[in-house]
Amino acid sequence: MSDWSKAVSGFEAQAQAQTGSRGLEVEEPLLFEEDGPGRSGVDLPPVPPFKDRLDGLRRQGRIGLPGLSEPQVVRHYTRLSQKNYSIDTGIYPLGSCTMKHNPRINEKLARLPGFAELHPLQPMASVQGALALMESLAHWLKAITGMTAIALPPAAGAHGEICGMMCIKAALEARGERRARVLVPESAHGTNPATAATCGYAVDPIPADGRGRVDLAALKAKLGADVAAIMLTNPNTCGLFEDQSAEIAAAVHAAGAFFYLDGANLNALLGRVRPGDLGVDCMHLNLHKTFSTPHGGGGPGSGPVALAPSLARFAPLPWLVERNGALELLERKEGMAADALGRIKAFHGQMGMFVRAVAFLMSHGGDGLRQVSGDAVLNANYLLASLKDVMTPSFGGLSMHEVLFDDRFLGESGVTTLDFAKALIDEGYHPMTMYFPLIVHGALLVEPTENESKESLDRFIAAMRELASRAAAHDAAFFHTAPHYAPRRRLDEVAAARKPILRWRPAAPPEAAD
Amino acid sequence: MRYLPLTEADRRAMLAVIGAPSVDALFGDVPEAARLKASLDLPAGIGEIEIERVLRQLADKNLSTAAVPSFLGAGAYRHHVPAAVDYLVQRGEFLTSYTPYQPEIAQGTLQSLFEFQTQVALITDMDVANASLYDGATAAAEAVMMANRVTRRRKAILAGDLHPHYRETIETYGRFNGFETVARPPRLDAEDDLAALVDGATSCVVVQNPGFFGDLRDGSALAEACHRAGALLVVVVTEIVSLGLVKPPGAMGADIVAAEGQSLGNALDFGGPYLGLFATREKFLRQMPGRLAGQTVDAEGKRGFVLTLSAREQHIRREKATSNICTNSGLCALAFSIHLALLGETGFAHLAELNHARAVVVAERLSSIPGAELVTDAFFNEFTLRLPKPAAPLIERLAVGRLLAGVPVSRLLAGAEFADLLLVAATELTTDADIDVLDAALREALR
Repeated sequence: MSDWSKAVSGFEAQAQAQTGSRGLEVEEPLLFEEDGPGRSGVDLPPVPPFKDRLDGLRRQGRIGLPGLSEPQVVRHYTRLSQKNYSIDTGIYPLGSCTMKHNPRINEKLARLPGFAELHPLQPMASVQGALALMESLAHWLKAITGMTAIALPPAAGAHGEICGMMCIKAALEARGERRARVLVPESAHGTNPATAATCGYAVDPIPADGRGRVDLAALKAKLGADVAAIMLTNPNTCGLFEDQSAEIAAAVHAAGAFFYLDGANLNALLGRVRPGDLGVDCMHLNLHKTFSTPHGGGGPGSGPVALAPSLARFAPLPWLVERNGALELLERKEGMAADALGRIKAFHGQMGMFVRAVAFLMSHGGDGLRQVSGDAVLNANYLLASLKDVMTPSFGGLSMHEVLFDDRFLGESGVTTLDFAKALIDEGYHPMTMYFPLIVHGALLVEPTENESKESLDRFIAAMRELASRAAAHDAAFFHTAPHYAPRRRLDEVAAARKPILRWRPAAPPEAAD
Repeated sequence: MRYLPLTEADRRAMLAVIGAPSVDALFGDVPEAARLKASLDLPAGIGEIEIERVLRQLADKNLSTAAVPSFLGAGAYRHHVPAAVDYLVQRGEFLTSYTPYQPEIAQGTLQSLFEFQTQVALITDMDVANASLYDGATAAAEAVMMANRVTRRRKAILAGDLHPHYRETIETYGRFNGFETVARPPRLDAEDDLAALVDGATSCVVVQNPGFFGDLRDGSALAEACHRAGALLVVVVTEIVSLGLVKPPGAMGADIVAAEGQSLGNALDFGGPYLGLFATREKFLRQMPGRLAGQTVDAEGKRGFVLTLSAREQHIRREKATSNICTNSGLCALAFSIHLALLGETGFAHLAELNHARAVVVAERLSSIPGAELVTDAFFNEFTLRLPKPAAPLIERLAVGRLLAGVPVSRLLAGAEFADLLLVAATELTTDADIDVLDAALREALR
């Protein structure tokens, strides 16, 4: 504690309120610290006398849940919510996360009883509208990606990755091949190598070239008969289009391997580039990035996978088919090919997200989607042009939907990327993605999305320029203690990991006093 | 387009700053051959009025469980969700925030996750829980992979009354991750002797309580047998409300609990998004998949919360991570947590008791129907009924008459022995009138 406190000694002690609160920013205890035994926020009908059929397996003893009334619970979570930054309150420029506006009509529609109150196993004749919506989503995704088949089940991007890599492994097995390696660029998201490893592959990293793209020569040197696939992100996490994609596809296919595309950055391509035209065999789409379903503080997502003809028959269950004029889900493995993939989760996929994504897609239309990628790329390049004289872009030229800076502009100032990000919090902004991708030093990856107005960007640029000039003036102490005005100062993450406290526990009973 | 703030004047001004002649020119790094020449073959955009009309038309083609008597379960349950839950999760600060990577401005999400983890640990009677996984089935697959890491073995025994979707999900992961699965055949009769199958190569046994057919079982003896052989017991729970009344997995000696949390706070949503719950013993903490919120202090010594032990995770550890999961079910976890906060100790127990009481009434009524046989002895809020004829066509016919009478087992399991079996679930939303309708319809159909 004491060492940690020294870190802030340079900052003037602030006047503290008695409560620890700061005006509208209110300190809030844990639910468990507001327990009133016997209290509840739900009134349920009484249970008439009956003879239980638990066969003696009744739970014994107190569970330990706190008792609160409805007003207490509403106030608790309202106060907690006010400690969160959100896209509703400001620009959320996390690179490769695509934090765009979440339209409220989508929330309203997803809650229609005809969608939200459907049971996944009710007779299919009673859910034809829901199945039609799924088919419609698949149709839009096929048109956007230029791919043949869509698998809707994956629950999020990383789940889509594992689904896609399973399809690839199954297709290789069907050819009688057991390949051992998956090539993953060093700039890739961490989920790519983790996914390949979960599927039993060794991960072989490919370096970037001096232009921030995959080093084609290095890639070709690594290709061989034991390579199952390459997992490529395009535009990559440097915000750059992999302009040798066609050569990469040709080389990968010549080696008998598959081309997996991480679709995290699809926002830059909408209506302009179809991955299917680039020779991609398999890709996932993040409905919670590109098609605006809310991130919800970490999920839920939805990660449909688009497949080329060579992989389509390995799509996971269920399959959506039309039979005798009605839509139907094929849910069971029986009757399918012996090497079919089977299930990767329960039920049919993230229907609540499908409704929101379809609403987003239909609202924009084909031309609107092209405008989305245009404005997203325009906004990113406007940031780049407005900041490149005071910050250090990692690579020359234009960007796609996100801009990568490294920490060279911080020079000998003693200010780190982390410090810079934390200072941005004091200016009322959520920081950009920090220290990712790993291929440049002290990365700052900025993605504004198409939803920021020029006015919003100009204010953000002014804040960034001010901080950059402050760093250039070697005002390191100011940065080291930031943030000063957030609900919390810097948190001790080392202590959190060294002695993990992962749940509340009641205080030990006091020693017998007398 | 209403979501796009840039005006044509803005675009021109911005292009001037960039020094580019047009937006299309910004895509100069895209080789000519890669560019889409035509426009997308998709309809033009529409406004809110039309989008609402179009999607309402689709929604109206579906039979909502809210509109008719419904006895559907099999891993997804319709419960009452207090209005405050949905109001609170729709607050933009929760709905539109990202994973809490900047803890100073994400204390709302982080504290609520810390509370969620505590609630999950308490109701499962385990030491620690994570911040959620996708759903119960993927949580079960992650549990097996974690057991494989802990035991350095690669064989999982799957109980016959594990939910078929969960079994199939584990089998798929096993095929591609490279572990063996020994799935016992689904069975309704006397308890399978799973303990006899546990050997020195077994990493874990996966059981479900209540089982897929509704049966309650005590896994305590099995847990002991697993531990004697150096294996772990994974307990799956698909109806989390049961833990308000039924002996929890922790009290049975479970090492890992993989559960579906949809029943609290979350709508049926036609199967997703749902909420994977994952809890384990303290000693296995560092082999857990998924995010963890932990308590710490800030530079002023104030209590605060952060994501912690991230050296297990893909964004730090890459191919050596304990799981590839990134996005989880954050907002579903929040809804779960708010619902459970509203219920509290007494409300949760009351809710569970009410569910059981309703199911007992339904079971007694239906088992008095000539030809129908109750094949589940001990159960929570769901049981299996054997009919004198195939269940699926009957259920489809009753649905046309606006009654969702249950889930035919044949929807999930192939084989003639399952054709006549019907899963029937009741919850606190099941009314006496609903039961009368079901009773009369089945009596009529089986006459």
